[in-house]
Amino acid sequence: MRLPRVFFPGQNMERRLTWADALILLGIVALVGFGVQLAKDAPAVVRGPSISLHPSVLPVYAVLSTGRMFLAYVLSVAFSIGYGYWAANSKRASKVLLPLLDILQSVPILSFLPVVLLSLSAILPQKIATELASVLLIFTSQVWNMTFSWYQSLTTIPKDLREAARILQLNKWMQFKTLQLPFGMIGLIWNSMMSWAGGWFFLMAAEIFNVGSRDFRLPGLGSYLQEAAHQGNTRAILYGLATLTLVIVALDQLVWRPLLAWSHRFRLDMVHDEDAPTSWFYDVLMDSSLMARLRRNWIRPMAERFDFWVLRRSQARTDRDRDRAGSNVLAWLILAATVALVGYGGWRAAGLLVQVPIQGWLQVALGILATFLRVSLALALTLAWTIPVGVAIGTNPRLARWLQPLAQLAASIPATALFPVFLAALVSLAGGLNIAAVALMMAGTQWYLLFNVIAGASAIPRDLHFTSELMKIRGWERWKVFLLPSLFPYLITGSITASGGAWNASIVAEYAEFSGRTLKTVGAGSIIADATARGDYPLLLAGTLAMVFTVVMVNRLVWRRLYTLAEDRFRMD
Amino acid sequence: MEGPTPLLELQNVTQAYGTGAKRFVAVSGVSLTIHEGEFVALLGPSGCGKSTLLRIITGLQKPSEGRVLYRGQPLTGVNPHATIVFQTFALFPWLTVQHNVELGLKARGVPKAERREKAIALLDKVGLDGFETAFPRELSGGMRQKVGFARAMAVEPELLCLDEPFSALDVLSAETLRGELLDLWTSGDLPTKAILLVTHNIEEAVFMADRIVIMDKDPGRVVRDMKVDLPYPRSQKSASFLSIVDTVYAVLAGRTEAEYVEMGTAPGQPGRTRNLPEIDIAGLAIVLELVSQSPTRSANLYDLARELKLDSDELLKLAEAAELLGFATIDEGDIRVTDLGVEFAEADVTERKQLFAARIRRLPIFEWLLDMLEKEEDHEMQWDDVQDLLEREFPSEEAERNVETVVEWGRYGELLAYDDSREVIYLETPEREEQV
Repeated sequence: MRLPRVFFPGQNMERRLTWADALILLGIVALVGFGVQLAKDAPAVVRGPSISLHPSVLPVYAVLSTGRMFLAYVLSVAFSIGYGYWAANSKRASKVLLPLLDILQSVPILSFLPVVLLSLSAILPQKIATELASVLLIFTSQVWNMTFSWYQSLTTIPKDLREAARILQLNKWMQFKTLQLPFGMIGLIWNSMMSWAGGWFFLMAAEIFNVGSRDFRLPGLGSYLQEAAHQGNTRAILYGLATLTLVIVALDQLVWRPLLAWSHRFRLDMVHDEDAPTSWFYDVLMDSSLMARLRRNWIRPMAERFDFWVLRRSQARTDRDRDRAGSNVLAWLILAATVALVGYGGWRAAGLLVQVPIQGWLQVALGILATFLRVSLALALTLAWTIPVGVAIGTNPRLARWLQPLAQLAASIPATALFPVFLAALVSLAGGLNIAAVALMMAGTQWYLLFNVIAGASAIPRDLHFTSELMKIRGWERWKVFLLPSLFPYLITGSITASGGAWNASIVAEYAEFSGRTLKTVGAGSIIADATARGDYPLLLAGTLAMVFTVVMVNRLVWRRLYTLAEDRFRMD
Repeated sequence: MEGPTPLLELQNVTQAYGTGAKRFVAVSGVSLTIHEGEFVALLGPSGCGKSTLLRIITGLQKPSEGRVLYRGQPLTGVNPHATIVFQTFALFPWLTVQHNVELGLKARGVPKAERREKAIALLDKVGLDGFETAFPRELSGGMRQKVGFARAMAVEPELLCLDEPFSALDVLSAETLRGELLDLWTSGDLPTKAILLVTHNIEEAVFMADRIVIMDKDPGRVVRDMKVDLPYPRSQKSASFLSIVDTVYAVLAGRTEAEYVEMGTAPGQPGRTRNLPEIDIAGLAIVLELVSQSPTRSANLYDLARELKLDSDELLKLAEAAELLGFATIDEGDIRVTDLGVEFAEADVTERKQLFAARIRRLPIFEWLLDMLEKEEDHEMQWDDVQDLLEREFPSEEAERNVETVVEWGRYGELLAYDDSREVIYLETPEREEQV
């Protein structure tokens, strides 16, 4: 049983910093600055929806939640394909597009939620604004690793296949359909599954976001669970959790597994594969005569007609416009306009930032430090339990057969959905929110680490195990010379993802409205949430940017170096 | 086959890569005309730019200089009247055999029913009926290449380009497929006007083509253009066949020149640095032993290839190395072992190493490298630095290959050593060994 290493952010670790990175960071400053400018007009009081706890509303809530996810996912796919295609086909564009992708992957997306919510509700009706903000948030959490995977596929298509496509005179669309899309499909689907699982986390956070007099909640499974926890309604909590689990499992069985089984046909290697992914639902679909008829009578003829329509159009077009001298000028104009806009936005943002008093900055620094410690603690605790358990599962196939599916099920429940439940249990304790915050960070991120440890442990060659047994390497020595070095690359990739997730979690974990009470603890997340509640826009901007920069820097300075070290020194294969 | 209408014309085509000090010419000043009815083989050692030329001919690549004319018109973009059969088959693994064959037709807007009919007919012709719905991964190498041929022929190309189509196949499949292609070609069943076969296999070229264009490397250029006036089907044992193969061997092996010409100049010096042939040193000894045992101390290269069951490409590299080291001379397709060569062949292992070392010390590239290492404080250099310096003479892949060969030869001769963990090349000296 071999598992792949989970690269949640499919990051391009080798890239060097360029001038584009600086431009992009400034661009983020400008964008957040614009958002905060807009947010000033946001209504001071936002009335949220009333959440019913009656079980009969659960199907509606489930549809609402899934609908948001679906919308964001469709957007993500469309964006990924367009963006990756552009980056792979234009050398000039890729100079900006790649660093942008790289930075946005490591930014704590959830920290943007307050700014997005406030700015959208300043210009749009309340309901639409919150819905749109949730979709935007899920989209930004899902899209980057999919884009990166797609871009990577596009740039690694074997030369002979590309040449074959060209010599056979396939037009752009046919190349996309018969070569690029199939070649990128497996990566796209794997990353879609990752993104989708991650998306739940953000959806739940968006559905329950509620600060001070601004209640941005959305009717859905997340808010149902929150409401149930607030009211201490155990029965409703169980109903909500059951529905959520059911939805997740059903989607896994009816959508993702079949897609995975289907995508297996797009692998490039020419040998028969024993470990092909299987799906009962896919088999049912493939065997059904209805599907066969649908494909024969509808899908194939429609596809054919579309292909020929494109063919006729592309022939007509190649006859007409050959010269594209204008595009060069246009590209420079766009670049100049972007730089100007970024510069202006940066300047405006700076104008807001100077309004933050010294105490404000101290508060931000303290908050960043507190959250950093909390994230580190969560990571340390997670490592402490996942390493022994992961090694036990990974080196013991019999145990793995039992525990693996169980762990996968547990991992599929978004941690943010459980947060209100944690809080309800811990609220009466001293420092309850602190414990709950660390617990939420762990709950959201431990699974990546666990799965990576399992993957790492199961990848250790058998003969190494035998050798270490023969040499009587036991106890701590066994960990030091044998297990930990083998696991190191896996631990690092797992930790990168885990720490990113933990930073995200701080936004909802450090500040909470609980049954009419406001609970908060020192931290970067609580500064952002509190500033949102009080309408302290300069502080909101300062907090958000500080968090973004901290995480980007920690990634650059710590994780990347460890990653390079892991890849150079401790790779088994 | 009368009335030779020119189908394709290359006029003074040059292909260069890189710029400045690292500019490298892959193909230099090639002019070539392919007429209707011709089966042309483009033959040459690896690295002579024959695949590059094929990409230029089909319009997949634009040459740095020179013109490509198709039926008298300059070629813009991919040539719609040409197709390629690839060495690696280049089938789309997610499409069935039939869909692979249909693909080129679909791209040209041929309606479904017609496509289907044509694909089935072609698959029938190449002996793959019944495999229409199979996926390429279910087929053997030979069958995959049959699909490759069917796919290429489906679009009825005027110019069919074959890029080493048989070299990834086992001997038997390759033999069968060659015969079948020739049958199709000579029966006039193909709408194809001309075939261009790119290969490094001399016998294959003589067996199939009616004209052989021989290329050599450094830089890639045409050195001979010869007709093969043998009737089809050709017997590989006939005297006339053997004599042509022999001639081609003679052209490709060249003739031993004065030593300073053979050895070239040191990297960084004016003149051309000799590209070292990639060989197995044990193989070199075997060839020299075998030839030196004959009364005349000489042998015909083609006979030798057959006796040792070596590919023409491999044997030519060994001969080139023997020539370069002064162990043999080559003339008109014969290799003659020199006194030094006999000494090498008869020596024991230690003596062989000493002799080898003495010979490679004279090569400008070794002189240059040993001199640099002497001057270095630790007598060592980074692999990458050496490669970097060589990249002024060769494109980077070639430069890397040359460093590899230098290290291998130097190690055999106990002149150089290489530390893989630090990636440094260093002088092999007695005190150094004591340290280690």
